[in-house]
Parts: sequence; C-alpha cells; structure tokens
Amino acid sequence: MPAKKAPARPRELLFGDLWEYDPAPESAEPYIDSRYGLFIDGKFTAPKSKKYFDAIAPRNGEKLSEIALANAADVDAAYAAAAKAFPSWSKLPGKERGKYLFRIARLLQDRAREFAVAETLDGGKPIKESRDFDLPMAAAHFFYHAGWADKLSYVTPGRTLLPLGVIGQVIPWNFPLLMLAWKIAPALATGNTVVLKPAETTSITALKFATILQQAGLPPGVVNIVTGAGETGAAVVNHATAAKIAFTGSTEVGKIIQRALAGTGKKLTLELGGKAANIVFEDAPLDQAVEGIVNGIFFNQGHVCCAGSRLLVQESVADLVIAKLKRRLQVLRVGDPLDKNTDVGAINSAEQLAKIKGLVASGVKEGAELHQPVCKLPGKGFYFPPSLFTNVTQSHRIAREEIFGPVLSILTFRTPEEAIEKANNTPYGLSAGVWTDKGSRILKMASELKAGVVWANTYNRFDPSSPFGGYKQSGFGREGGKHGLLDYAHLG
Amino acid sequence: MALKITKTPKCYVGGAFIRSESGRVYEIRSSSGEFFANIPRCTRKDLRNAVEAAAKAGAGWAKRTPYNRAQILYRLAEMLEARAPEMAEVTSDKEVRATIDRIVHFAGWADKYEQVLGSVNPVASPHFNFTVTESMGVVGILAPEEAPLLALMTLILPAITGGNSVVALGSYSAPYPSILLGEMLATSDLPGGVVNLLAGERKEMISTFATHEYLRAVAAVASQAEAVTLQQGAAESVKRVKIHDPKTDWFSGMHDSPYAIRDFVEAKTVWHPIGS
Repeated sequence: MPAKKAPARPRELLFGDLWEYDPAPESAEPYIDSRYGLFIDGKFTAPKSKKYFDAIAPRNGEKLSEIALANAADVDAAYAAAAKAFPSWSKLPGKERGKYLFRIARLLQDRAREFAVAETLDGGKPIKESRDFDLPMAAAHFFYHAGWADKLSYVTPGRTLLPLGVIGQVIPWNFPLLMLAWKIAPALATGNTVVLKPAETTSITALKFATILQQAGLPPGVVNIVTGAGETGAAVVNHATAAKIAFTGSTEVGKIIQRALAGTGKKLTLELGGKAANIVFEDAPLDQAVEGIVNGIFFNQGHVCCAGSRLLVQESVADLVIAKLKRRLQVLRVGDPLDKNTDVGAINSAEQLAKIKGLVASGVKEGAELHQPVCKLPGKGFYFPPSLFTNVTQSHRIAREEIFGPVLSILTFRTPEEAIEKANNTPYGLSAGVWTDKGSRILKMASELKAGVVWANTYNRFDPSSPFGGYKQSGFGREGGKHGLLDYAHLG
Repeated sequence: MALKITKTPKCYVGGAFIRSESGRVYEIRSSSGEFFANIPRCTRKDLRNAVEAAAKAGAGWAKRTPYNRAQILYRLAEMLEARAPEMAEVTSDKEVRATIDRIVHFAGWADKYEQVLGSVNPVASPHFNFTVTESMGVVGILAPEEAPLLALMTLILPAITGGNSVVALGSYSAPYPSILLGEMLATSDLPGGVVNLLAGERKEMISTFATHEYLRAVAAVASQAEAVTLQQGAAESVKRVKIHDPKTDWFSGMHDSPYAIRDFVEAKTVWHPIGS
C-alpha cells in the first residue's frame, strides 16, 4: 500500500520585481481653484482676516491652492447668516427640505469622479478609496437623510422632533467629504442650519461642496463653511449663537471642547479616538480574517478612528496568522494615491507622519518587534510603509495610544474571557472586531465588548442607516440611522 | 402614655443602612419647628464608597432579564403604596400618587424600551445589522430641593430601568422621603447596591460627582454655576452629563418617556455578513 503523501505546501508565484504594474494614474480633472474664499450666506467671500494659507498635496508636498483663514469676525458673520436663515428653513415642510437634500445627493453622484480626485489630491488617500468608498458613501448619506426630513414624527413615537437652531460643526481630515456629509445631512433633515469648519489640511472638497449647494439652490445661509485651523475651530465652538456643537476629532481636543462648553447650555456630541481590538479565534476562517485585519488597519493608511489597530489573536493560531499577515503585507502596493493600483496612499501631513514615526520608535524602544515589508516609497510627499509589531504587551505605548497610521500591534490570548478583558482594557470604546465561526460566541463577544460598533467576521463597514459612535472616551452621541437624528433635535 | 421609639434615619447604600463615615449629622425639624431627626451628613468618601457598592451590584443588575427588572420595579410601587400615608406625611398625597404612577409606568417600560430605541438597520450590503442599547454602568444623580420624592424618582427611574446602578443625592432640606424610600427599595427585591441614596450638602460632593471616573453619566437639576462644575469635571473622562432645568414641572406627563432612558444607555451596532 502506498504511504500517504504529506499534503503539498501551497505554491506561491513569486515574481519579485519581474512583474511590476504599469502606472495607472487617474486622469479626471478635479477643478481645484487657485484660491478659495469663505462660503457664507450662499456666496464665496474674501475673509475679513485678509489671510490665506496653503493647501498642500500629501502625495508630493506641492501646493494645490490657497484657502481663506477665517477669523472671529468671519465666524461671526457665518453664524449671523445661519441664524438669519433658520426661521424659514426650519418652518419649511419636511418634504421640501428633503427635496433639497435629494438634489444634493444626485449632484454629488454626478460630480463624483471630480470630487474623488480632489479628495485624493488634498488628503492623500488612494483614488480607489475616494472613488469607491468616500464619494458613494457621502452621496448615500445625503440621499438617506433626505428621506427622513418628512418622517420625523416616526423617529420618536409619542413625541415631536424639533430643530435646535444653528449647529457648529468641526470635522477631521481623514474622510473630509464623508465627515461633512455625516454632519450636514442629519442637521439639515431635522431643520437646523449649519456653520461648518473643515480640517485645515483638507479644506478643498468642503469648498467644492459649496458649489453643489449653489447648484442645488439651497437657500443662502443654511450651510456656511469657514476654513482655518485651531483658532477658527475655537471661534466656531465658543460662539454664543450655536445651539449645539458636533465635533469629530481627537479625544484630547474633544475634552477641551467639553470643558469649554460647560455651563453654556449648548448640546454636544463628540466622536473621538479609538484603539479597537480585532479579535481572531482559532476557528475563524483565517484567510478571510487576514483580509479583515489588513482592511482594518491599512484602509485609509490607518487614519481611521475605528481602525482595528490591535490584533488579539488566539495563541493556537498566532504564528500562522502572523505568517499570513507578513505575506499579505508584502503584496500591498504603497505609492502615489492618484495611481489606481495603489492600496496604501500618502500620510495626510508631515505632522502626522512625525507622530507615527515617534510612536513606532517607542514601540521598538519598549521592546516590541517591528516588521515592515520591503517597499520603495516615493521620494517626495509623506509616506509610511504598512507595519506590524509582534511581542506587544498591554503596557506598551503602541498598545495603548492611538497611532492613527498604518501600524498594527499584535497581542495574543487564550480564552474568550481574556480576549474580552484585554479588548476592554482601554479608555476608548469606539469599535471592535470578532472573527469566529461560532454564532453563539459572536453574540457573546458582541454583548461583552464595550464598543459602539462591533464588526463580526467583517470590518470597516459603514452605512447611513447604521448608527456610529463610541463608549467611554471615544465620545458620546451617534451618527446615522434614526438614532443620529435624535442628537440634532429636542423633543416636543 | 407610652413614649414613642424614634427612628434613627440612615442612608440606604449597598443594600444596608449606614451612617456617614464621618459620623456627622444635621438636624431637621418638623413644620411646627420641633426637632424631628438627625440626618447623616454624607461626605465625598461616602460617595466613593457608594460608587464602589454600585459598581459591584451593577453587572448583576444589567444582566437581569428585562422582565425581572420590571417585576422588581413594580414591587417598589407595591411597597410605596402600602406605606403611602407615612410618605404623604413628609411630602404630599399628590406627590406620592404621582410617584407610584411613575414607578408603575417605568416598570412597564423595562421590557419594551428596547423595541423603541433599538433597530434593525437596512444596510446597503449583504450584512445583518442591528442596534441594541446597553446600560452605561454607574450613574450619578443630583436631585433638586423641591419634590423630594417625585423629582428624585423621576431622575432615578429611567437610569435603573435601563439596567444602570445609581448613586443619588437627595434634597438637603427635605431628606426624609429619601430615607423612607431606602426602606422601600430594601424590601422590593432590588439587589443591594443598585440604588444608593445619600443625604447631605451638595456643595461638599458635587465635584466628586463630576470627576469620579466610575460614574459614566450624571443627571442633575443644577444651577448654571453647578452645571459648569459638573461639565468641566466630566470632561476628563468624557462623562455624559444631563442638566435638568430647575423650573421643571415634575408632575408633567412628559417625564413618562422611554427617551429619558436613552440618556442612560449606549447604542451598540453589530454587523455580520449574510452568506452560506
């Protein structure tokens, strides 16, 4: 009888550098103006500050445009316009308000490619992502909320949803247009008017969005966009006219805002940082889990508040998963975000790149083992290779602090209880991932994990109907779904 | 005539009846000006001890079935009804009746609010996606001087109906209803530590209510200055703070609302692929 053959090792085709991809640059025109004013009361106006700052392209460090710097007087003018527009906007029948939002959604779909290129140029994310994720999701967000505008009486049966007034909104640079959609759509659907400040490194798609508002015929003053940095943000947050502030950004700044608003009577929602645990059990479909881990931390270069930045892998499969991850990292394409083949694009700014490098250095110093694939980074611009750390312990800075970059910290566990304890051992509580084939375990883990979003056998899924937001120091309030509407209204 | 045995008022904390760890008391007098009782004058340390008791009791309470929580809340109404005349002597018939009705109302919400606040979400991808609520944990409550029974219960009820445990400071000038309430809670099958009732001066404890990191939320009837203290102290741990207007009409039916429970629960959204 012939001896049983040992199972053959899976064969890999290793082309090395024999089979490089040709460049595939996206060529659609982004139509970026050389200079942008502030968008107040339905028109672009020069800033009273008379100052402008440069918009830099992370892909090569070059200047894209000049952006107006709003000072306190400019922010005041924006709030005045929003306050003036509020009475008639809030009294419009819901179905008419909805029609404006439907128009905005459709126009965004019309001009999606133009906006995707602009988003990639200004922010550094791969064109694949801005084209296939950011833009469709932003349009969907407006389309979804358009349909709620005339159905608010179904959101809180027994009570009426009433608008708050003027909302001050400050958004981050990681999903510039999508974060704008998450803020503006529910605010308008519920009858509020808005003063919004985009992040200083990514103002361009917000300003282009103002042209969509003009094309949609949105009444002047309903949405006002003021650009600038920390001081402009403070002026927006502290303005007396604001009935509510909505902020997405770092936990550190969120706390500053919560303190600043104390005693003012303003409502507040915060969507802050995270240090999510992505938990992989031995019975998980491992190849799918590896894709989920990679997506969890390298999507958008890890510039994601809900990134799966900690991998908790069950000890029995740790070596296998880590080996698969290292092989997967080697075929990720890091490069020019405008190239359609790029998986990992540019880091948003020189400042953020320095932060990532600093935390990675701390990981090495504290004794974790760093692994990075061999890859050639572009000479200009801000880039960092996808990285993973093994031998990480709970006390390491790379296990506790949000890196906000393409860096995965890998820890192990033996039992589900240990996984829960390690996963919850953080002041954050935004998201978590669970990979296992056992249904009852999925539900058990989901109920024990202190996180506002739990992805089971998947990761980084979003939808306008799905409420998003955190526990603990990841913030409070939710965005999306009927739950998100409640945060933009008071009950009558 | 036989002399009455006067009661020693004690605070209901951790399922037991305690004096303040400081040993301090303050006097309350009856409406005719006679000495009535010495009330424990609780301290920050009492508050911290109460938070510890609430934290210990919290996980168990949150894991009780909604039906079980409903029955315990209903039994609280039974206990209050049985001693209504005694409670009415230190509040009013109207306040006792309104409180009983509100307790019964929230008892009925315990196994239903999830169907109002939760949802299955129609996502545009092949995933099953649902949102459920989850209790926040330990919650702090600062009740106002007026309506010492009704306002206190109006603040506590949505929190415990939602599965949280509570540390509450009642009215300083009218603490006796909360003393009696403790006895009724103790006989309602409510696990010890789920509700902890302190007495004493708000200004001695408010900054601990604001900054204690185990308190995941605070609901308070507060002046503007007190709101500043609470919200600034809360920022360090991103605590959720709900400030109620001192001019609130506690008798209004607006308080009989599942949306009050929303202030004390987190929304958790879960995704799973649909496929074979």
